[in-house]
Amino acid sequence: MNQFEYELAPNVENAVASGRSNGAVFLAGGTNLIDLMKGNLVRPTRLVDINRLPGLDRIEFLPDGGVRIGALVRNSDLAHDPKFARDFPAVAEALLSGASPQLRNAATVAGNVMQRTRCPYFYDAASACNKREPGAGCEARGGHSRLQAILGWSAHCIATHPSDFSVPLVAFDAVVEIDGPQGRRDVALEDFYLLPGNTPERETILAPGELIVAIRLPAQAALFAGHARYLKIRDRTSYAFAVVSAAAGLRIEGDRIVEARLALGGVALKPWRARAAEACLMGRRAGREEFAEASMLALQEARPSGENEFKIELARRLVVRAFERTAIDNTARLSPLPASIVNLTEEIQR
Amino acid sequence: MKKSPVSMTINGQPVEELVEPRTLLIHFLREQLNLTGAHIGCETSHCGACTIDLDGKSVKSCTIFTLQAEGAHIRTIEGMAAADGTLHALQEAFREKHGLQCGYCTPGMILRAWRLLQENPDPTDAEIRFGIAGNLCRCTGYQNIVAAIKHAAILMAGAQQKEAAE
Repeated sequence: MNQFEYELAPNVENAVASGRSNGAVFLAGGTNLIDLMKGNLVRPTRLVDINRLPGLDRIEFLPDGGVRIGALVRNSDLAHDPKFARDFPAVAEALLSGASPQLRNAATVAGNVMQRTRCPYFYDAASACNKREPGAGCEARGGHSRLQAILGWSAHCIATHPSDFSVPLVAFDAVVEIDGPQGRRDVALEDFYLLPGNTPERETILAPGELIVAIRLPAQAALFAGHARYLKIRDRTSYAFAVVSAAAGLRIEGDRIVEARLALGGVALKPWRARAAEACLMGRRAGREEFAEASMLALQEARPSGENEFKIELARRLVVRAFERTAIDNTARLSPLPASIVNLTEEIQR
Repeated sequence: MKKSPVSMTINGQPVEELVEPRTLLIHFLREQLNLTGAHIGCETSHCGACTIDLDGKSVKSCTIFTLQAEGAHIRTIEGMAAADGTLHALQEAFREKHGLQCGYCTPGMILRAWRLLQENPDPTDAEIRFGIAGNLCRCTGYQNIVAAIKHAAILMAGAQQKEAAE
């Protein structure tokens, strides 16, 4: 690992000022950054440690029913907060289906959102990667492409975003609060991420020195508390990134759906909001046929980027299953284990 | 590169040292303090052999810079047995239930299991498996590790009841 200057930021203002300088990188939990530095894939000349910024480690429940999550709240603390898990069950479930206890303890919520793709070609310095070195080419194309994107990819990059947490956040309209040299701004998480296009090296809308200070979920997100799930399909039942995942939410009145939410993970370089699928469920019954129709719309633009055509059908089936699980009232279900590990395995075995 | 001062409490002992900013906590523990109980397995935060307890939470010490642990209270496997050498209930249980073969994962496994039992003193098998998902063992197939942790839970609950009675 290269040598670097280390600086402990005392407040947001100083952090932003230091973060602007060339070669500076913010350090929070470090669970992804340190691995990237070990591989010499990221070589900061200055690390600005933001772990002790005052006030950023709080979960604030807002009077209107929304929640403001400080950037430095650890993944495990958020997932195990009883009120948060009750109001936003799909988000808690997504947090618990990612990584391992040790990593969830160290990783922050903003760091989770900021984590880099796990494309093996990005991590292998010997492979060409347009994300690491613009114009170098993409060896993932035509290579091991089983887990790569099926939506929103370009000829320059077919990687996926690995976060579980971000998937329900996008489904429920989370907003990222950013502080920076030009002041504060709020950006919808869905617009925060950039698709690869011709510039896969640009991953988010953040400008140099800009820092996420909080993530907000609006009050409307809590209206789905009784019907919200995160389901994750992966190669082994723990400690693996998603092959495909789905965050689903329903608001049901009588026997009709009055609002639906759906975002897919593991399919693109950002969590994929499926608005056409949501719209087609409005006013309909919460039934298998309706969900199957929604699943076709959710994947209608999908195309394989390599040996991953199976992911399209897998994602469709996951959408149906996620909505079926979501339709069951889950207010009484507050398992400490996420659906994608124990409950789902048991449900499949039954 | 200029070294920076760092201080923390490890297994109840105050420690003050100078480190390079890039020194990882696992290297600091093993090479600078000679606390070689926490192991280096993958060094990429996958295997959990380097698991320690930091401010009441299990973490992987290969993925933390030493300077991030400024002021922290740390427990490693060296802090588990009593000063007179009496093994901790978890160490007893791992021996009793054959929860180890080569022993490489064991210090991390025990530290993780200890924190798991602090958080959940009577876990189910599923909760144990979920709780140790970040600790890889290539010998035992986990069956005996799960049995050891369950056994330790009983020993620790018994010790607590005895303490309360006294």
